Amino acid sequence: MIHITNLTKIYTTPTHEVVALNDVSLSIKKGEIFGIIGLSGAGKSTLIRCINMLEKPTNGAITVDGEVITSLDKSDLRAARQRIGMIFQHFNLLSSRNVFDNIMFPLEIAKVPKDEARNRVNELLELVGLEDKAMVYPQQLSGGQKQRVGIARALANNPRILLSDEATSALDPQTTRSILELLKNINQKLNITILLITHDMNVIKQVCDRVAVIDDAKIVETGDVLNIFANPQTPTSRSFLKAVMNKEIPEDILLNSTSFKNKKNSRLIHVSFIGSSAGEPLISSMIRNFDLQANILYGNIDRVKDTPFGNLTLELIGDIEIIEKAMDYLRNNGLEVEVLENARNI
Amino acid sequence: MLETFNSLMASSFLIAGLGDNANLMTGRVLLATWETIYMVAISTGLAYVVGLPLGVILVVTEKGHIAENIAFNRVLAAIVNAVRSIPFIIFLIIVIPLTQIIVGTYIGTAASIVPLTLAAIPFVARMVETSLKEIEWGLIEAALSMGASSWEIIRKVLIPEAKPSIILGVAITTINLIGYSAMAGIVGGGGLGTLAYYFGYQRYQGDILLVTVIVLIVMVQIIQMLGDKLVEKTLNKGR
Repeated sequence: MIHITNLTKIYTTPTHEVVALNDVSLSIKKGEIFGIIGLSGAGKSTLIRCINMLEKPTNGAITVDGEVITSLDKSDLRAARQRIGMIFQHFNLLSSRNVFDNIMFPLEIAKVPKDEARNRVNELLELVGLEDKAMVYPQQLSGGQKQRVGIARALANNPRILLSDEATSALDPQTTRSILELLKNINQKLNITILLITHDMNVIKQVCDRVAVIDDAKIVETGDVLNIFANPQTPTSRSFLKAVMNKEIPEDILLNSTSFKNKKNSRLIHVSFIGSSAGEPLISSMIRNFDLQANILYGNIDRVKDTPFGNLTLELIGDIEIIEKAMDYLRNNGLEVEVLENARNI
Repeated sequence: MLETFNSLMASSFLIAGLGDNANLMTGRVLLATWETIYMVAISTGLAYVVGLPLGVILVVTEKGHIAENIAFNRVLAAIVNAVRSIPFIIFLIIVIPLTQIIVGTYIGTAASIVPLTLAAIPFVARMVETSLKEIEWGLIEAALSMGASSWEIIRKVLIPEAKPSIILGVAITTINLIGYSAMAGIVGGGGLGTLAYYFGYQRYQGDILLVTVIVLIVMVQIIQMLGDKLVEKTLNKGR
């Protein structure tokens, strides 16, 4: 649906050059929710703005729905933008228009006949659950309601793609959840492709199918969200995961653990479970099948989009050979097992 | 048509002033007040006809804006600044030949409209520019993302969003022009300025001077009040 090839963006100021995007390539599939996560200044905002040409790339090409958007002339670009919806962190609603007329705005630009446009606005109000707020002005709405108007407005011209620029970053956690649910529903109902950028791993965890991690103008890791959660490859990904998965174990417990005192016949391991294996009693069968003791230091179970996802930090005590075999047993049953060499570096 | 209406108003004030001396003075004050309102209203209106688009152009041709044209923007800004830096009393004299061509004379109410309008245009352009710059870039970005053209952004985003601020600008411009019109009055432009100068200053009629000042104060108060009320009304829609 969206193909980004060798995208580079350099901002030139009189004194120096800033590389905002450095040779970025990405492919986003039709109908998926794709997340781009990065810290502020990593380049994610520039990247999403290049897709509808709010920022002009210095180099590289972007194809959206078969159309090379980076080489369109002005009027073709305007037409293409009508097929790409966008929502914003600060909503960007017109204070001079009420909710109804704000949603009407993109339809006016697309020259949709008045009656048809009015019907469409009513449909959209229903879709985002704001039927009773049609005549209200944005200043009277809460943040979550404003973003719902933003979403309705972005969907007005039936776009194939929705770009979300930190759409939940200005909202409280509860409102964030409801807005993300709405996006998920829209994605399923309308089969619209959603590309979102965020600095919050919770957003990725809740709605995204795939994710790209951006750091210092480059994509450092791309993949299924589940894979990145289970097996992050880069320090950047790991630090984002830390924020949503509490793997930290209190230091005094670590210092007193057998594995810390006696490395010879114990191992500290981290096990993650994905999907169906999260429901199976693999740990208890491991203890029954192998001659070792297991001490559970930390565990939780969560959801990544719609898939159960578990985490367990275990201390295995016994003969090292048996411990190794037990770990193989877990791996063979589809679990990710990681030995935490230095207990402090979890 | 306006000209006919104006002379009708003027003669009716003079007729009202016929008779004893006190009535004559009242007639003169009323006439001068009317002339001032007439001059200022028309100049403000004309100044906005030119100044509003000029202000919009100053904003949208800036670097990074929707119709970026840096060279053009610099030239326009320089012209605006140049006109604004001429003191009005000197400006009045400079434009006399032009006034002569347009109106046929450089004395009287109609003639004063030319320098007043010309002096107000760059002022209005800067006022409008300031108002439009208060709008968050995000709103323009949102409109761009919907595929809006520059013209649609000007008409549907910039001007409606800046409306309260533009209205306040109109009040400020009008009040400024009242001051300028008094200056024009001293060189024969008519209105309260002429009255104050000829009767108040040259004939030592302190009472006329006092009345002129009072009328001016009342006028300014009314305009500011109307402006504030109007802004409040536009803003209250959304609160």
